Amino acid sequence: MKTLAQKIIARAAGRESVQPGEIVTCRVDLAMSHDSSGPRRVAPMLDALGAKVWDPERYVIVTDHYVPAEDPDSQQILRFTRDWVRQQGLHHFHDEQGICHVVLPERGHVRPGMLIVGGDSHSSTGGAFGAYMFGIGATEMLGVLVTGEIWLKVPGTILIEWTGRFPDGVSAKDAMLFLCGRLGMDGGQYQAVEFAGEAVAALEMQERMTLANMAAELGAQAGLVAPDATTRGWLQAAGALGQPDAVPDLADWRTDPGAPLLARHAFDASTLAPQVAAPHSPANAGPVDGAAGQEIDTAYIGACTGAKLADLRMAARVLRGRQVAAGKRLLVAPASLRDQQAAQLEGTLQALADAGAQILPIGCGACAGYGQFRFADNERVISSTARNFRGRMGADSSRVWLASPYTVAASAMAGRIADPRPLLEESR
Amino acid sequence: MSARVWKFGDGVDTDVMAPGQYMKLPIAQLAAHCLEAVRPDFAGGVREGDILVAGRNFGIGSSREQAPQALRALGIRAVVAQSFGGIFYRNALNLGLMALVCPDTGGIPDGATIEVDPVAGRILLPQQGLALACEPIPGFLMAMVEDGGLLPHLKKRLAQQQKHEEETK
Repeated sequence: MKTLAQKIIARAAGRESVQPGEIVTCRVDLAMSHDSSGPRRVAPMLDALGAKVWDPERYVIVTDHYVPAEDPDSQQILRFTRDWVRQQGLHHFHDEQGICHVVLPERGHVRPGMLIVGGDSHSSTGGAFGAYMFGIGATEMLGVLVTGEIWLKVPGTILIEWTGRFPDGVSAKDAMLFLCGRLGMDGGQYQAVEFAGEAVAALEMQERMTLANMAAELGAQAGLVAPDATTRGWLQAAGALGQPDAVPDLADWRTDPGAPLLARHAFDASTLAPQVAAPHSPANAGPVDGAAGQEIDTAYIGACTGAKLADLRMAARVLRGRQVAAGKRLLVAPASLRDQQAAQLEGTLQALADAGAQILPIGCGACAGYGQFRFADNERVISSTARNFRGRMGADSSRVWLASPYTVAASAMAGRIADPRPLLEESR
Repeated sequence: MSARVWKFGDGVDTDVMAPGQYMKLPIAQLAAHCLEAVRPDFAGGVREGDILVAGRNFGIGSSREQAPQALRALGIRAVVAQSFGGIFYRNALNLGLMALVCPDTGGIPDGATIEVDPVAGRILLPQQGLALACEPIPGFLMAMVEDGGLLPHLKKRLAQQQKHEEETK
């Protein structure tokens, strides 16, 4: 009896089985870098070694941090990235197509059973598809690019089961903020967190991606969801079935009943309220009631965590036929070009624009603290992003409250932090 | 190694060590802003060989290795904390910055002189007459740190491989 994490790692290590705590060397199925941690950092080190990328088919590059370029330095970083990708003969280059964690599965790169490394902490997002995907730094990426391998301490699994169904107006983001508050930012112990239960099974893929994404805020190495029919549907649409590393029998990639776990938590989804995390930590989370009424200057919908198509739809459901409060601003930075196009086509983007939202360029935007939309001194912000560390998204004196896209949208309308559920009720 | 302690609390994140707005800059310039939001005298005050001591969950957040790199660039030789963000821990060792897990850092005062013995897994505070245990770093990682980090370690490995191939030709 094995956990999903053990099965994936054993395969990558070429072993029959592996035990938690063991240190193993794994073959890497896929590596991903973006423009900030990628070529500009690894190229000089590869040159110093006189080495080349071990397998150009297995290294995906995405530009998302310095896009669109705000100044000559950013232009230079992007220029270097593009030139290097061409020189190296890399085939998988997604240039200004969206945020790496959204683009990767969108283009069918992430498949169940794969072991994937990404040069970004939110790389755990790939775990939503039953891949063991985790974030690493640039020098560690150099090691992968030279050897095609990486060492791992086999993790134990913390199983988090959500029973029942999430009520209307409550989303994966709320579930993760709740867990940050309950378990703390080291609750994941740099082990594997696996999400399961009826409520998780009922979530669409992009909501599962939000769960896996914020496993990073729990301090887990990976955040996993076992693949099922919903996963298969996504893989099919993304053209990922029949690819070399695809594993046709999705049923293999799950935690066996009775497999030894590090811990097991069960929570009732049906009683979860929208959550808000106060400055300056995702662990400062609690029900929206505790923060309601707090005045804000800006509402921000962005990032891989909070501006996918599913997230934009949540915001639009709240804001359709309504207006952002006078004197307040709502900024929306869609997570990928495809999601933006889909949102445009179906009217979601228009609903946001009609409500008074400013639609910003796709990319990481203010979430990573890069670019021209950083928050000003003393600015009070409610945001659908993942982290509200002091100074991360703007001036040291700016303050960020984290919430779901529903709650951010409701707060934009009220000009203060507000519960989205009465508005959704009214709209029905 | 014996050195001056710079003491920090719990949950020091990567973004405060390597702020996003300075990530475009060369590491020496970025390092000048390292931890300035929480301790403005840090970057200017650190001397080569100093040691950073912290509480729980040091280096949570981003995978940006400019966080440990900035500490190293300022002269910090080792970080001792009750626990680390997982990615930061790996990044630190990959860059040749010693990262030691010690459950009892609470008793180490700011400005103290301490001695760190990573191989024995021991921290000594001569003035306080204290000896604290820390978790040893696994041997294969210690070898990498002793080579100066992953890049010099790989360089050595590739050279050995090449030599071996030439000899067996």
